[in-house]
Parts: sequence; C-alpha cells; structure tokens
Amino acid sequence: MDYFEEEKAVDIKGLTTILGGQTILNNLSFGIPKNKITTILGFSGAGKSTLLKHILGLLKPTYGSVFVLGKNLNDLSEFELKKFRRHFGMLFQYAALFDSLSAYENVAFPLNEFTDLSEDEVEEKVYGLLESVGIKVDSFFKLPSELSGGMRKRVGLARALALGPDIMLYDEPTTGLDPITTKMVNDLILNTYRKNVDRGMTSIIISHDVKVTLEISDFVAFLDHGKIVEFLPVKDFVNSQNKLVQEFLAL
Amino acid sequence: MNKIYKFFSSTVEQIGFSLINGLSGLGRIINFIFRFFYWLPKNPFRLKELVSQLYDIGNKSLFIIALSGAFTGMVMAYQTYFGFRLISVDSLVGPVVALSLAKELAPVLSGLIVAGRSGSAMAAHIGSMKVTEQLDALEVMGISSFQYLAVPRIIAASLCLPMLSSIFLFVGNVGSYFVGTKALMIDGTIYFSKLGKWMFVEDIGQGLIKSFFFGFIISVIGTYFGFKVEKGAAGVGKATNQAVVWGMISVLILDYILTSFLVQFMGG
Repeated sequence: MDYFEEEKAVDIKGLTTILGGQTILNNLSFGIPKNKITTILGFSGAGKSTLLKHILGLLKPTYGSVFVLGKNLNDLSEFELKKFRRHFGMLFQYAALFDSLSAYENVAFPLNEFTDLSEDEVEEKVYGLLESVGIKVDSFFKLPSELSGGMRKRVGLARALALGPDIMLYDEPTTGLDPITTKMVNDLILNTYRKNVDRGMTSIIISHDVKVTLEISDFVAFLDHGKIVEFLPVKDFVNSQNKLVQEFLAL
Repeated sequence: MNKIYKFFSSTVEQIGFSLINGLSGLGRIINFIFRFFYWLPKNPFRLKELVSQLYDIGNKSLFIIALSGAFTGMVMAYQTYFGFRLISVDSLVGPVVALSLAKELAPVLSGLIVAGRSGSAMAAHIGSMKVTEQLDALEVMGISSFQYLAVPRIIAASLCLPMLSSIFLFVGNVGSYFVGTKALMIDGTIYFSKLGKWMFVEDIGQGLIKSFFFGFIISVIGTYFGFKVEKGAAGVGKATNQAVVWGMISVLILDYILTSFLVQFMGG
C-alpha cells in the first residue's frame, strides 16, 4: 500500500516473517513518509512489535526487504547494522533506562559511547536535553527506581534524542499511563517533533491507543494479522470504510 | 502387556527427550563460548566495565573466601592430625593440608563460592536487564549487549578466580599452621621443613590453572542463563537458580577433567 508521494524514511517491500512456523507478517509493503509522524495501529498480536524490530534491523525478513533512509538492511553486515542503528532513537514502553545509572548517566551514555565530546561538553548537552524534556536539576542524579513512570519516560526520551536521530521510534508510549501522564507524553512527542522538524526527523509510533494516534499523527497505518489493511492521512483515517478500522475506532 | 509396553516406551521417550535437551543445551553453551571469542578482540575494549567486574567478583568476594579458607585449613589440620597420629606421621600434617588446599580445596571451594555468589548475580543482573528491555536499548543504540555485558564478566571471573584461590590457599595454610603448632603442638620448625620438602611450585600451578578455567565456565554459565531469561521476574528467578546449580556442577565435572590432564602433564 503506497498512497503518498512523500520521500520515504522507511520503505517496506514484500516483507514476510515466519517465526516458529507461524506467519507474523504477510507480504507487507508500505512506505513511511519522511519528516512526519506516522502511527502503526493494531490489536495485540497484529505484528506491530515484529515490524518495529524489522525497521531496527533486529530481525531478518524471511522474505522481502526493509529500506531505511535508502539502505536495504538485508545488505548490511551485523557490524554495519550496529553502526547504522545510530540513526535511530527509541523510546521504550517502560523507558528501559539502565537501572544502575542515574538519569544524568543514562543520557550521557550514548554521548560517551559515540562522540568525542569532552566531559564539560557532555555535561552541557545532558543538562540541555534533560531540561528540554522537563526534568528538574534536583532529579538529574536520581536512579531510575527513584523516578516516577512519567519522569522515566522523559529521561528515556532525552537519552533517545542525545545523538540527534533521523528516525525516532516510540513503542506504546502511553500504554498503562494515567490520563495526565498520557497528555504529558503526547505533548512531549509533539514538541520533540516540532523541535526536530527542520532537520527532517521522522517519528514512528507503535500503539493501540486510538485517542493518542488521532491527536498527534500525520499518517496512520492499521496492521491486522501481519497485513496493512489501511494506511491514510489521519483526517481520512477517521472516515475509513474498513470494518476493522471502524471497529477499532469505536472502542 | 500393553501397560508394560506403554511404561517402557514412555520411559525411553523421556530418556531420549532429556538427552536431546541436554545435548542441545550443551551445544548452545559451546556456541556462546564461540561468541565470546568472536567479540573478545573487537573494539572498543571496555576497560571501565572490566574494572567494575574485577571489583565485584574479586574484591567483594575477599572476605568470604578468606573466612572459608581459614576454617577449611583449620579443620583439615585437625582431621589429618588425628588420622596421621595413628601411624606416627603427624609431622606431615603441614604438607598434606597444603597439597590438598593447593591442588583441590582452594580452587574447587573458591569456584563453588564464586558460582554461588557471582554466577547467580550475573544471571540475575543480565536477566533483569533483558526483561526490562535494557538489552534491547543497548542494541538499538548500536552496542552489542554481549560485548558490553558478557565479555568483561567472563574476563574478570577468569582473572579473579586464580587470585581468590591463591588467597584461599594462603589463609588456609595460615589457619592450618596455627592449629597445628598452637593446638596440636606440632613443632613449627618441623612443620615448615616438611612443607618445604613436599610442596612444589607445580602443585600451586595446578590449582591456579584449574581456577582460571573454573572462573571462565562459571561466568559463561552465569551470563548464558542471564541472556536466556524469558517470562519476566519468574524467569529471572529460574535463571539465577540454574546459573548456581549448573555453575557448581560444571566446576566439579571440570575439576575431574582437568585433574586427569594435569596429573599426566605436571605429575601427581
């Protein structure tokens, strides 16, 4: 399915994934437009997480190809893939902060790993990133276990943005959060998008939260049983005639 | 007749199933060891992580190793003395305890202690990182979770165990000396002269070689079960348990294999 003329950040061609004899993704073809927010919606078990792993190159397709920023991930060696993943930033469902490191150290981690910045430069950058996601200085040196769920998400987002990713992935960003924290995460995603729109950052959200999707997305893809059954701009998606989509929107 | 047939067929089936499971598990661990050697020379070398693991496995085990060594040496001195006194060779208590400690007790008991203490910690730490997606976070950043977590732990344990075993040996001998000379009234000069006559550097070398391999296998098993964790907190508990059980069993099996080689090449 390919409705758009936009330049694609991710282009999936005939992707089929068979795991343990079960077909998870079935001849999937669609493109995710660059510099936009695209949400991949679907029921649990639809194949959303598998698709995410393919985009990150963590899974090899049984058949088909995944092109990210014009590169076919099938053509990259394991070592090249690791290097290529620096184009991505990812906010995990539960933030996935390193629990033995403070909020500051978590954000500094990718900077220390992949840049030649001096300690002072790293400090300046980490302070800037943490402040930009609304973390106060008195929480900078707290361990993840001492932070609330919402704060962990903020720190996770700051860490994901540390290296200036070209593609920002959000895995179920609002699942299990209360309405106030959900709104905070939504605002965070939108603000992040707006701040990085000039440098062409693409945002991909994996979710089953319809409300969030409609509020912040430019495009919505609906995945069911390993197939994209609908892929439309958000304003058209709400009027989709697809029965499954209608059923999902009614929930 | 039918019942007997069913009983035998299900028994054979069970044995076959266990055998296949065991062999595939062994295959996975061998594959894990190959991965270690694949990642070992790759950059970046994570010195900070290695130092942190050396501290965790080595320094934090010092007290328990020294305590176990002291009491093992003291008990061995008593047991040997009362046996040897019957045939009037009680002056040999020193070398017998020293040789037992150097070749077997120090490496094996240090290995078992480290398997219980550090092997379990490795499985629990890596396992909990896996269930909270921290391993995925590393991979998404383009960092090999294996290189970052397993390689420094395996190097650190392989280096630490010979050192811990040496400390066990030293403290054990000090304990044995005190019990021998103060409680059992063996002459101190005779104790040392017999020790010098019967104990050789090769004996200590055998123990050190063994402890190096014990450290390697304990950390391989600890990290392997950590990476293998599935199904949340219950999975972490199970992995921790398996890391201890299989770590200890591996030390004992490896001890037999290494002893049978070392006595051939370095003498009994």
